[in-house]
Amino acid sequence: MNTTGGTTFQGRRPDIRRRLIITMIAFGIPTVAAIVAAPLVGSTTIDLRRVLDRSVPISENVDAQIFFIARLPRTLAGALVGASLAAAGVVFQGLLRNPLATPFTLGISSGAALGAMLAITFDWTIGFAGLSAVPIASFAGSVGAVAIVYALSVARQRGLSTSVLLLAGVTLNAFFSALILFVQYFADFAETFRTLRWLMGDLDVSSFQPIVAALPLALGAFGLFATLPRALNLLSLGPDSAGTRGIDVTRAQRTAFFSASLATGAAVSVGGPIGFIGIIVPHLVRLLVGSDHRLVLPASALFGAAFLVACDTLARTVISPVELPVGVITALLGGPFFLWLLVRR
Amino acid sequence: MSIRSLCLCVAALTLFFARSSPSASSSQPVNHPKRIISLIPAVTEMVYAIGAGPQLVGVGSFDTYPSEVASLPRVGGLLDPDVERILALKPDLVIVYGTQNDLRLQLERAGINQFSYKHGSLAGVMETIRALGIRLGRAEGADRVATDLENRLSAIRGKVSGRVRPKTLLVFGRDALALRGIFASGGIGFIHDMLTTAGGDNVFTDVTRESVQATTELILQRAPEAIIEMRQSVKADEIAAERAVWSTLSSLPAVRTARIYILTDSSLPVPGPRVAQATESIAKTLHPEAFR
Repeated sequence: MNTTGGTTFQGRRPDIRRRLIITMIAFGIPTVAAIVAAPLVGSTTIDLRRVLDRSVPISENVDAQIFFIARLPRTLAGALVGASLAAAGVVFQGLLRNPLATPFTLGISSGAALGAMLAITFDWTIGFAGLSAVPIASFAGSVGAVAIVYALSVARQRGLSTSVLLLAGVTLNAFFSALILFVQYFADFAETFRTLRWLMGDLDVSSFQPIVAALPLALGAFGLFATLPRALNLLSLGPDSAGTRGIDVTRAQRTAFFSASLATGAAVSVGGPIGFIGIIVPHLVRLLVGSDHRLVLPASALFGAAFLVACDTLARTVISPVELPVGVITALLGGPFFLWLLVRR
Repeated sequence: MSIRSLCLCVAALTLFFARSSPSASSSQPVNHPKRIISLIPAVTEMVYAIGAGPQLVGVGSFDTYPSEVASLPRVGGLLDPDVERILALKPDLVIVYGTQNDLRLQLERAGINQFSYKHGSLAGVMETIRALGIRLGRAEGADRVATDLENRLSAIRGKVSGRVRPKTLLVFGRDALALRGIFASGGIGFIHDMLTTAGGDNVFTDVTRESVQATTELILQRAPEAIIEMRQSVKADEIAAERAVWSTLSSLPAVRTARIYILTDSSLPVPGPRVAQATESIAKTLHPEAFR
């Protein structure tokens, strides 16, 4: 999941490799700590010795089942979703040159939400590879939204227009929200309740299959992210000056758009549209390491994983035995932070 | 997600999970109503059960039972009552849900009587039937229906008494073919009461809410001995596959003894005059030997 940021050695910044290593260690330690610690706590107390006791068959070992079926997949799902959303946030902010952009700005989440709503309301039973209809439909919805936004942004001109991208995305968000209301009209109350709950985000995946299914998509996206930091640094000066410094602006923008969309779509299919991760994490990281994308991008992925795993641990323990939706926790932390960011300068 | 859709959802939830007992509205009945509109499926069923069906001139958009409702005009649902159509049908009584405040205000302004209702406990169903009977001038018929229900429920109680009460997880919503988005009955409300009457102990008795989002960890920890799912949309040929998804949680007694049941009966989640039938189907599921 880690990317090595900009691997190109640049003469003017001979210390970037060293800084990258220090950053990765500094952000990696809390991430690993969060992932190791999270499965140890929960609404019930489990005995770790019993969890690892091989003499008891797994079908009789409740502690082991709680650890391996309930908590571990959930923690890993949190790490995957957190890393994907945070990194996608960095890329979208760089691409759109807008500090308030999030992975959901361009309509991906509402496309995904529309897919999930349809699957829940009409109780679709399609499914393969251990995946149920809801994650499949939500991923299909995000792909549809991405395709529409991209088609619009290249329709009227050569290259990619980020302003059309932004406007089309925001408009599509509104349009999909209207379609969601339309679908909701046909839902009964139990279905409405479940769709609303889906929108608040839920990492209780109860098996490794959803993670295994999303992992290739996320890894593909991260592979593309690894090629982006230098281009994103130059794009922050504006597309024209970036072009004069020897990068293929349109190609970089296209890579950024599709990779960040892929990461977002994969993340939402696993955990629902968990808000604010994609904006809080990148900004906190920038406060700590500066604005060089070679550091911000990998550090955000690591910190995003740790942050969401921590939020989810809070969500499932704070009012146990029942739990708070993880999206509520991230929103409670993220909303005020977002406002602070807005008035800071 | 737009604020508006969230508001709508929240309103829907409030309606579904509101817990308070039924109450007749304060308006003074002068004559017994002859043109009734019912927006609430459970109460529509009650109106038919006490013999006032012929007086209905309109029903809500979610009404499906009894089959007579098919021929009646639809006047919207809980969230979208069509006031214009309601007024055009010239009703002298409109049965509304307790939280439909806008509609209630409009009816008041138009001088139309109303009977307001909210979901509550199992005993609340019989209370509502009796209150409705008084309101519709059919107190005797309503009392017969309510007493009959009470007798049938206590007969069920009698049949299952003394038998081992399985710790039961009662699911009323779940994603198809996955252990995600599981909503189960909490320790209050008519569904919980039905389970208790039918000889099961709710695994979430201690949670004082009508619904619980049951996470994998919570289900593993509560270790239900039986799992009953009320899922009307599951088709007969999908039941085996839907039961099989639980096998992941192999430490659950319910999984080990294969006591996982998917009930598709449409009467199950309706707090109306079919509650005895619904309770009986839960009781037969948990205690088949008691009904031989």
